[in-house]
Amino acid sequence: MLFTIFAILTVAGAAAAMSLRNLVHSVLALTVAFAGLAAVYLHLGAQFIGLAQILVYVGAVAILIVFAILLTRDAGATSQSILSSSWIGNGTVVLVIFGILAWAIHHSATSQRVVLPQPEASMQQIGNALMLRFALPLEIIGVLLTVALIGAVTIAMREKKETR
Amino acid sequence: MTWIVRDLWLIPALPAFAAGLSALARQRNRGFAASLAIGSMGLSFLLALCAFAHTLASSGHGEPAVKVFNFPWLQYGSEWLKLGWMLDPLTAVMLIMVTFVGLLIFIYSTGYMAHDENFTRFFCFLSLFAAAMLGVVIANSLLLLFMCWELVGLTSYLLIGFWYQKPAAAAAAKKAFITTRIGDLAFLIGIVWLYSQAGTLLFYDNGAGCLEHSTLMRLIVQTTCIGMAASTGIALLIFAGAVGKSGQVPLHVWLPDAMEGPTPVSALIHAATMVAAGVFLVARVYPLMSAHGGVNLAPSSTTALQVVTWIGAITAVFAALIAVAQDDIKRILAYSTVSQLGYMMMGLGVGGVAVGMFHLITHAFFKALLFLGAGSVIHGCHEEQDIRRMGGLKRFMPITFATYAAGMLALCGFPLFFSGFWSKDAILHAAQAWSISRVPFYLGSFGALLTAFYMTRQVYYVFFGESRLARHSHQSHSTDAEHHAHGVSDSPHESPAVMTMPLVILAAFAILLGVIGTPAWPWFDSFLKGEPATFNFAGFLESGILRVMLFSSIIVILGLGLGWWFYGRKPIVSAEEPDALERLQPQIFDLLRHKFYVDEFYQDTFIRWNGWLSHVSDWLDRWIWNGAVWAVSYFVLGLSWLARSADTYVVNPGFDEGCRTVTAGGKLLARLQNGRTQNYLRLVGVAFAILVAFLIWSGVQ
Amino acid sequence: MTPLTSCLLLSALLFAIGLAGALMRRNAILVLIGIELMLNAANLNFIAFWRYGPNPEALTGMMFAIFSIGVAAAEAAVGLALIISLYRHTKTTNIDEVNSMRG
Repeated sequence: MLFTIFAILTVAGAAAAMSLRNLVHSVLALTVAFAGLAAVYLHLGAQFIGLAQILVYVGAVAILIVFAILLTRDAGATSQSILSSSWIGNGTVVLVIFGILAWAIHHSATSQRVVLPQPEASMQQIGNALMLRFALPLEIIGVLLTVALIGAVTIAMREKKETR
Repeated sequence: MTWIVRDLWLIPALPAFAAGLSALARQRNRGFAASLAIGSMGLSFLLALCAFAHTLASSGHGEPAVKVFNFPWLQYGSEWLKLGWMLDPLTAVMLIMVTFVGLLIFIYSTGYMAHDENFTRFFCFLSLFAAAMLGVVIANSLLLLFMCWELVGLTSYLLIGFWYQKPAAAAAAKKAFITTRIGDLAFLIGIVWLYSQAGTLLFYDNGAGCLEHSTLMRLIVQTTCIGMAASTGIALLIFAGAVGKSGQVPLHVWLPDAMEGPTPVSALIHAATMVAAGVFLVARVYPLMSAHGGVNLAPSSTTALQVVTWIGAITAVFAALIAVAQDDIKRILAYSTVSQLGYMMMGLGVGGVAVGMFHLITHAFFKALLFLGAGSVIHGCHEEQDIRRMGGLKRFMPITFATYAAGMLALCGFPLFFSGFWSKDAILHAAQAWSISRVPFYLGSFGALLTAFYMTRQVYYVFFGESRLARHSHQSHSTDAEHHAHGVSDSPHESPAVMTMPLVILAAFAILLGVIGTPAWPWFDSFLKGEPATFNFAGFLESGILRVMLFSSIIVILGLGLGWWFYGRKPIVSAEEPDALERLQPQIFDLLRHKFYVDEFYQDTFIRWNGWLSHVSDWLDRWIWNGAVWAVSYFVLGLSWLARSADTYVVNPGFDEGCRTVTAGGKLLARLQNGRTQNYLRLVGVAFAILVAFLIWSGVQ
Repeated sequence: MTPLTSCLLLSALLFAIGLAGALMRRNAILVLIGIELMLNAANLNFIAFWRYGPNPEALTGMMFAIFSIGVAAAEAAVGLALIISLYRHTKTTNIDEVNSMRG
């Protein structure tokens, strides 16, 4: 029951994000979708992921997108279509993909699987896993984030005076 | 082997060496050329004397002593062609004759050609001729003989055409060469046939030579398709070469025209030596000519020797008839030479080697004497050669007259004191005893009558009576005036000593040579056969010799008398009056003067056919062979044009089309990349869909 | 329908919506938003499988999801920086007009 509500919320938010004309409105809808997802995670018992989702996505990514929107705002509101010029073919492809995925899910063996009880995912276990088994990916993701930070700053930096 | 046999090659090599050096000398170095030639000839004469002495020493034991020196020359495959030289009595007498007469004529030429500007060239050619002739004489191989034979022909051409600026001389040289070539072609075929049958071309080779018994027996047995024995066929072909070189009847036409050359050339080549080469050849291959199967047949009755005899007899009479009506002093002597050569051939045919060769030796001396005397006469009469314009030279040129008379009497065969009598007598005696037929004997006698007649006619025209020389103006004889210091008179004069000395020597020999051939002391005959000779007057009493001697003496005196009757009784007054014989029988005389129209006949037939053949060959060459070459070249050109068209219209466009297709395909594919991100993403999505569908369809759970 | 299937269906739906937005919208930032949605859908997939999968004690799904969130954040930062730089260059965020890299 709860799951359904959260699911509908998420889908609605996503659909709205994809179809609104105003960029800020679509970001806000995206935030709603993220939040809905976080709720789903919490419902599934992945508390850490849920909270991490809220922290990172809602707190950082969405804000970042808002900043980007603000920095790239056109002066006048465009009157042209929100859809790109090749939306028909692309739409067909999307429908096909969704159809295939749905059919795959429906026909896969997962639909007959036995439901297990709620697993235990305490912080202790997560910390242990991070430090022991997944130590290398942890370090790499640290490097990756550093690189991304530096890269983003470098790319978005104002260019020097001589290049226009 | 004694040194002379081993070094016999020096005898022709010395004159050849002199010729080579003279060829390099300049025209100014006259003395050098002349002394080289005369010196080398003198040395050859000394060596010939040594050879003769050696042969003399080793003969007289019953068999003719033959010493040979053979060496391998050319290898082809596993066979060797061998050459070699030989020394036997026949070779020895020929060597003496050629070198001696040659030496005298060389000395004479220094005087005769003294004011000719091509003196050096003349002596170079003369030496070369002497070398070639001596090579023919000593050759032990038919191949070596043929090579020197051809060289003799070449030098004869060079010497006949010595004054080549005169068109008549150039034409005469060409005629001589071509006519003898016809004979030489048959000769060559005979050589090839002989080589194929006998396997060797050496004459004597320790029993394996082609003139030795075993080979001859083989050749007699083999027959050709017309039933003729191989030996007869080869002998006839070789005789054909002799017919060309010695001027026998079908091929005699070149000899009178060869008188265009200088007189020493006529004396040496066309009297004494080259024309005698044909006779010598028949004598050399006499064992082949006389080879027969039966034991009872006489050697002179083989088919080949019969042919030789008949042709010789016919030639003797034919040429003598023509000589009766000629007016050029040298031409009379030329026809006389042809006639005497016929006698020699006849002698070889009826009597054997000794009979023919004896006449050859005596003829060499007195004919050379006559020619040199004629040269002296021509020289003294300021290059006048027509006997009708001469006369009374007895007074002006006594030495010439005396020697000329001696030679003339020897030629006629005046009894007893002159060599010609003994040699001609031997021939007539053998002809009379010939088993096949008496006709050659009658022909020979008639020829002797004619010989005496025309020689008397010539002598009366030239030496007797009043001088009929035309009075030429001084301008045309300016060179003569420098040399002979005539003063104002144009009268003929005696020749210088360098010219008359050889005449005297030759005259002495013309008389004395008879001694070695008399029946009382047949030294020549015995020497050639290798038997000892005995002096025996009883030789005169043998089978009809005295009868024949008497008969021939009567013939000669009859001829001389007829000549005196026609030309001696009334002196000939002017140059334009007709000949006495002509007054008697104008038509026959005219026929004889025009040489029986033989030259005209040849011109109308063979020469015309040859011209037609050359037209045909030219047409063939121009249209057929040339056309074939054109066809091939145009075919190749066509092929190349075809290839080029294929390249331009097929390959190139095809290739270009291919390239264009690739470019178009590239352009097509390039449209995928339009720089629009969403298109790329769509492509990824499509690929993902296809992949998943494929995985599902292949059964992945 | 089992909870797993419903989660998976939700994830597939989110993915499709995200893909649709990425493919059909004109603005570059919306493309990025679509990509973020797709990443989130994949995350949901991981968590669902972790919860209803055979071996939840290994925490593999959760770990994967954590790192995926990290990567998505980094990628969003860089992508937006690129969009800002592109906007500075071409004064537009319309990706239809950014097609100079074509063949």
